[in-house]
Amino acid sequence: MKSRSPRGELLVAGALVASGLCAAAFVLLYAFESDNTQLLGLSLGLSLGFVTLAAVVTGKKVVDQSEAVEERPKLVDEELGREVAGEMVGGAEGVSRRGLLAGAAGVAGVGLGAAAIVPLASLGTGDVSETLKASPWRAGVRLVDENGTPISVDQLEVGSWLTAFAEGSDRRALGSSVAVVQIEEEEVRVRRAWAPRGIMAYSKICTHAGCAIALFRYPTYEPTSKPPALVCPCHYSTFDVRNGAEVEFGPAGRPLPQLPLRVDAQGYLVAAGALSGNIGPSWWGVRKS
Amino acid sequence: MTLLRRRRPARSEEEAAAEAVRFLDERLGVSPLLKATMRYIFPDHWTFLFGEIALYSFIVLVATGVYLTLFFEPSTAETTYAGSYAPLQGAAVSEAYNSTLRIVFDVPAGLLVRQAHHWAALIFMVAIVAHLMRVFFTGAFRKPRDANWLIGVTLAMLGLLEGFAGYSLADDLLSGMGLAIAYGVALSIPLVGGQLAVLVWDGNFPGGPDFISRLFITHVLIVPVVIAVLITLHLAIIMRQKHSQFPGPGRTERNVIGTPLWPAYTFRALGMMLATAAVLFLLGGLIQINPIWQYGPYQPDLGTNGAQPDWYMGWLIGALRLMPGFDVTIGDATIAGNPFFGGVLFPTVVFSVLYAWPAVERRLTRDHARHDLLDRPRDAPWRTALGAGFFTWIFVIFVAGAADRLLVDLGFPYEGQVWFFRILALVGPFLVFVFTLRICRELKASEARPLRRWEGTVVRREPDGRYVEVEASGNGAGREQQREGEPSGGHAGDG
Repeated sequence: MKSRSPRGELLVAGALVASGLCAAAFVLLYAFESDNTQLLGLSLGLSLGFVTLAAVVTGKKVVDQSEAVEERPKLVDEELGREVAGEMVGGAEGVSRRGLLAGAAGVAGVGLGAAAIVPLASLGTGDVSETLKASPWRAGVRLVDENGTPISVDQLEVGSWLTAFAEGSDRRALGSSVAVVQIEEEEVRVRRAWAPRGIMAYSKICTHAGCAIALFRYPTYEPTSKPPALVCPCHYSTFDVRNGAEVEFGPAGRPLPQLPLRVDAQGYLVAAGALSGNIGPSWWGVRKS
Repeated sequence: MTLLRRRRPARSEEEAAAEAVRFLDERLGVSPLLKATMRYIFPDHWTFLFGEIALYSFIVLVATGVYLTLFFEPSTAETTYAGSYAPLQGAAVSEAYNSTLRIVFDVPAGLLVRQAHHWAALIFMVAIVAHLMRVFFTGAFRKPRDANWLIGVTLAMLGLLEGFAGYSLADDLLSGMGLAIAYGVALSIPLVGGQLAVLVWDGNFPGGPDFISRLFITHVLIVPVVIAVLITLHLAIIMRQKHSQFPGPGRTERNVIGTPLWPAYTFRALGMMLATAAVLFLLGGLIQINPIWQYGPYQPDLGTNGAQPDWYMGWLIGALRLMPGFDVTIGDATIAGNPFFGGVLFPTVVFSVLYAWPAVERRLTRDHARHDLLDRPRDAPWRTALGAGFFTWIFVIFVAGAADRLLVDLGFPYEGQVWFFRILALVGPFLVFVFTLRICRELKASEARPLRRWEGTVVRREPDGRYVEVEASGNGAGREQQREGEPSGGHAGDG
């Protein structure tokens, strides 16, 4: 038998052997050097690469390359189609009260459908407002850091910020975290009583899509800098902290809820009331003001 | 030794094969099926490979994914990290994050498999999008393939959902930020948003203990099974209708010309599958992806600048970022939150257009015929131009999703970029539409009269063997299209 491509066959054989060797190297690496992800990937990838070479050379050179023609199936056979349709209708022959039966089947279908869907209610039902509006903040709750240590006013200086949580709350609860910022007292334009020494606290959860506000822009050189703002790194909603975190830029539709602050006798920051609005992204139960 | 050396009675390969086929035939009667399958014709064109790459990526995804489930623990229960990655030792982390770190640092070859899995997900989506565009611009979605187009668009949607669920599982900072946005998007839906989000998340964000189990089963069972079933259906329908083909010598609407499955195409397809796997494992071994140990564990109060999701989520991020800042309200009451536009409405419009397109085009062109020969993009200037405009719209919004990286890497002010991309997203598609329409028409025109500006003589051989010289000018005979007439009346009734 005459070979179509003697060189191709040799190449295929060589590639297959090389692949086997690379695969063996992978096994050895796995056994003795399994931390080395690069070499593992390289050996496995090369092994697969050599089989690829073998398969492609086989498919393109070694085996028969002739093209062929095939007729497409005729999808529509008018006569047969009519026949089938006729048989379908014929199946109901000798059944007189079709309307009754169809109605009864409807009853069964609706009943079974309901029975199949209703258990989904176990996923959770009822009024979600309680869940979505839950907040640990009320007058007298202290602001603490992630270790539960109370935050004193001296920890902040103008232009600095930190994250605080409601004392005794679950850190992961959406309503717990607030961004505490300090700006010059005379810069505070609204709710001055909520901002002792220019220190203000805003919910850390963005009112756009629920990411954490993780950036604080504070002007370093007033004439050219933009005003102090909290910024969400997900879609860059920018909240002007001088004006009760009104949206200055970006897609958010509401200001961040503000937490009224006061300083207690020991010099710690304490909530003077509840948050000024709904925490987190807007939903149909949120009232704008 | 004699035992080893004893030679069996000589038996030809053909006899051995016949015996194997007979073994199967006696039980299943497979010969007719085998014959048809081996003779199945693949018309060759490089653009037909995108779909294949998607299929092979899916195979790698399943294989690597099964391996990962052996080690991953879908739980948000808190534990203390004690693995071999020193910077996080002693940190309070979730079991999900802990077990992912274990796969990365303490399971042999775990990082390789995890990274190959992630790369495979990215390439899966690249291949799907490329395949979708190929099918669109060549008109391969026309009857009889319109049903398969619907399946394909569904697969694209499921692939996106599957990928997002996958990278959300690790409970690292990036995945948590992504889930927060998904939660915000769910909340923003009018009327049902609040209920829906609380239902899916098993409570307020970051979710009750059941949430991650639901995400996990969605990612490893529900969506993959649906994808696998739809892929099977997708391929079965192709097998039934046979591949479409570009026009060419001898190619008509009624036949298909190409390489048979056996033997040549079997090896070529095998080669393509192995090549896909090779590239994915090379990427997985050599190029780092989603280094969750650098991102750290997620807490709802944490976020980071410059976070970028997997690429196929970029168009949604871009849409969320480009929306002007307002919630839809009536008086005091919120109707829809802002993320509704970018996160729900935008993808709904895009997928609706894709789903509806075959029917829309049929209506507009009144072309209800069956098409098995493909268009080149220029053959249907309107479709190509509309498609180019549509995909430009999505692409501009996609690029806007990376505007913060453009700020960091190139220094364009972010706020200016947002305005730039808003305008570009509105104007760009029209410009591209007009431009593409023009190009297609010119290509078509120059092709219909390839010798428009040419004068000379043509030497032709007559049937009796004589040669004659004929004067010819630029307005001479146009090249004949390779089209054949519409197939028989059998198709007339099913439009």
